[in-house]
Amino acid sequence: MRFLPLTDDDRRTMLQSIGVGAIDDLFADLPSAERLDGPLDLPNHMGEATLERRLARMAGRNVPAGSVPFFVGAGAYRHHVPATVDHLIQRSEFLTAYTPYQPEISQGTLQALFEFQTQVANLTGMEVANASMYDGSTGTAEAVLMAHRVTRRDTALLSGGLHPQYREVVETVSRLSDHKTIALPADPGGTEDLLERIDDTLSCVVVQSPSFFGQIADIAAIAEKAHAHGALLVVVFTEAVSLGLIEAPGALGADIVVGEGQSIGNALNFGGPYVGLFATRQKYLRQMPGRICGETVDADGARGFVLTMSTREQHIRREKATSNICTNSGLCSLAFSIHMTLLGEAGLTRLARLNHARACHLADLLAAVPGVELLNESFFNEFTIRVPGEANSVIERLAERGILGGVPVSRLLPGDEALADLIVVAATETSSEEDCAAYAAALKEVLA
Amino acid sequence: MSLNNQGRPTAPESGSGDGGRATFTGNKGLQIEEPLLFEIGRAEVTGVDIEEVADFVPRLGGAKRKTGIGLPGLSEPETIRHYVRLSQKNYAIDTGLYPLGSCTMKHNPRINEKMARLPGFSDIHPLQPRSTVPGAVELIGELARWLMEITGTAAVAMSPKAGAHGELCGMMAIRAALEARGESRSSVLVPESAHGTNPATAALLGYKVVDIPSRDDGTVAPEAVAELMSEDVAGIMLTNPNTCGLFERDVKEIAAIVHEHGGYFYADGANLNAIMGKVRPGDLGVDAMHINLHKTFSTPHGGGGPGAGPVVLSERLAAFAPVPFLRRDGEGWDWIETARAASDEELPFGRMTAFHGQMGMYVRALSWMYGHGADGIRQAAEDAVLNANYVRAGLSDVMSLPFGDRPCMHEALFDDAFLKDTGITTLDFAKAMIDEGYHPMTMYFPLVVHGALLIEPTESESKASVDLFVATLRDLAMSVRNGDTGRFAGAPRLAPRRRLDETRAARKPVLKWSPPDQLAEVST
Repeated sequence: MRFLPLTDDDRRTMLQSIGVGAIDDLFADLPSAERLDGPLDLPNHMGEATLERRLARMAGRNVPAGSVPFFVGAGAYRHHVPATVDHLIQRSEFLTAYTPYQPEISQGTLQALFEFQTQVANLTGMEVANASMYDGSTGTAEAVLMAHRVTRRDTALLSGGLHPQYREVVETVSRLSDHKTIALPADPGGTEDLLERIDDTLSCVVVQSPSFFGQIADIAAIAEKAHAHGALLVVVFTEAVSLGLIEAPGALGADIVVGEGQSIGNALNFGGPYVGLFATRQKYLRQMPGRICGETVDADGARGFVLTMSTREQHIRREKATSNICTNSGLCSLAFSIHMTLLGEAGLTRLARLNHARACHLADLLAAVPGVELLNESFFNEFTIRVPGEANSVIERLAERGILGGVPVSRLLPGDEALADLIVVAATETSSEEDCAAYAAALKEVLA
Repeated sequence: MSLNNQGRPTAPESGSGDGGRATFTGNKGLQIEEPLLFEIGRAEVTGVDIEEVADFVPRLGGAKRKTGIGLPGLSEPETIRHYVRLSQKNYAIDTGLYPLGSCTMKHNPRINEKMARLPGFSDIHPLQPRSTVPGAVELIGELARWLMEITGTAAVAMSPKAGAHGELCGMMAIRAALEARGESRSSVLVPESAHGTNPATAALLGYKVVDIPSRDDGTVAPEAVAELMSEDVAGIMLTNPNTCGLFERDVKEIAAIVHEHGGYFYADGANLNAIMGKVRPGDLGVDAMHINLHKTFSTPHGGGGPGAGPVVLSERLAAFAPVPFLRRDGEGWDWIETARAASDEELPFGRMTAFHGQMGMYVRALSWMYGHGADGIRQAAEDAVLNANYVRAGLSDVMSLPFGDRPCMHEALFDDAFLKDTGITTLDFAKAMIDEGYHPMTMYFPLVVHGALLIEPTESESKASVDLFVATLRDLAMSVRNGDTGRFAGAPRLAPRRRLDETRAARKPVLKWSPPDQLAEVST
């Protein structure tokens, strides 16, 4: 067994020095009736070559995004990740280290986290950021719970532009922790009157921008109204690249900014692992969930970094903690940070411009297909189209032609007739002009 | 010196330093001081060549960015050097034995990394048409089958993102099951030795946390549970083996008491590594248990995540699994993504996360399982327990065992009685290990033991490796006996940094880099 260094001789010697006759003497506390006499009903170990063949066969049944014209987004985006990123995160010292509980021998992880926090704070225009959350959706639920703690109120207003699965995550946590949510109906056109619904009972207003449907919200107006009623504004994003081109939510009055960081540095991975970005105002720091890294000095006065503010956390505070979170998304946040370092402000801005340009180009091509209507007035790299007929079957027929053309809204929001003909379409720098042209041509064929 | 609430010092003694650095650069041979990215990066530099697009009319609805961002860039060679130098300041399982109790720092096979990076797994989108990802559903189903067989349970909720997220999922299922019976119960029983996530999770769902005192041998007595259990208690959250490294031998009786009162048995699966292939939690009465794929099944910890925390469920809770979930379809599986697609018998309580969970971790975990198989899984548990007991036996005469010299499971727990009246603390002892080239064990946890030192060597260590580790700790313990406090007080001396001032970090938080001209403003 290639993974286990002990030999049978070792085992015998060790049992002897422990002073027991057999290995099962060490398992004597296990109830004898339930103790397994033999191996589990599973195959025995495979050699590496067999294992690889077996898993490669499963992988081979899937259609990788990179092998086809690809326009699927809706919360996860395919971008080019430089080879440097994946190489660096596979360094043993990053990959196989634990949480940096011993700062003297974890400065690599800690300094990277401090840099990550600075990048996230600057990108979102906020004063402080944590060392990451599981992903954007769970981060959004944590933001809502945090707003309840800050305002001592218990109701969150959710915009109809919020990703439907994010909404479900917030609703699930809220319902089972005895908090309330008011979710506005899905808002493909970006026409909901959110301002009208803001009152003194709300702890927070949750707005996604660009929205699930791609619309860019008027954050400043919502912030003003929310603040006038003592509520916090939580701004959510699912496409971090958008912040290279559109104004930072922090500059527009957001109190908590939370988003999905997958699109920088991280592969699609069928939905995870991803990395939640979480930033807020300095004055709310002590209510922020998750790990936080801070600067300090060592006994020699040299600069160093530690995990800090741990009196908020479960391992110290137990049932009084701000959150039950322990693990964060360390390696994914490192990937984000390395990719962001490679991009820099100049690269990020250029990348964002290219994404927006591709999406504008694709939107024009698709809107020119007979019967197709573009719903968005504004968007970044993603928009919603209305097609004649069932969006679901249009997407399936496009897939048969080798084009992954987007997400039918009905997949996430089934049973609503008004949404059955909508497709959310994303274009990134990886969608070439030929890909865009192929999509438009295929859509024309499918709808003909 | 200031103390946190477990008596752990959080700031170094002043004057313990050895003065300034000896070299011009501040570097010490291969240990190179690396400035912050923000001190070496430049706004106009980029390490990625991206085509410049011709002018076009943006459609950003007036939201175009007007402010600068503050994101310096580095060229590709500078980037690689920056991060390689940072990496060299980290200890890792690939560097040496990593005895963090309750964290299961075992070897991470590289084939798992290779498999997770196959484009058919890494480059597929969670919302691309189902017809284009049958292999993904097959993989999730296969992993689910292994998890259910290993744990002897009826169902598994795959999507939780980490252990604590799995706890939340399991406790939500319990709350939903009680609600379905028209019941609302007010409290949850949690032993004092539990991980902090357990009470935090119960409290998040509005439950009052009732501590179960441990009996003198570090385990939970059925009588204590019987006394606290009632029709108002939703259930118990029990870690088994517990955080003292002991198997809760009365687990069946405890489960029966909880079930008698209509409650549910949540098991914290953090320590599954000790018993996999030896006994199945489902056979012991467990209703829900999260599995830390990043512990038992070796998906890399990555400096603090990502984790993955699938939750196995008994028949009593299976119906309440959140979306998305797997449904048996002959030999294969159906993937149910919305509550609307659930049948009348399926009562999902909601959704834990967007998309489908930690696919990248699923691939690694299944790859680990295939590599070990039924035979290797059982052997790994036995070797983990053997190594822990070998450490215990090797140190029992020089360190102190809080519950007497009896076999442990996969981790050996010591207390600080052997340090009594020496002026040396658990923290000092641990920091001296760093100078010897070891990552310290878990300290000051579990809370039921004073000055706890919790050692988990795992099955990945050879006898020679454990021998050297034991010899090193014996040598340190002898220094304690001989009153050689100098070895401990200023430790570590040889690491990239000496002891860091945690008090200062918490009192005057500096959580991001600011340009020097703005520092004065920030500190006011």
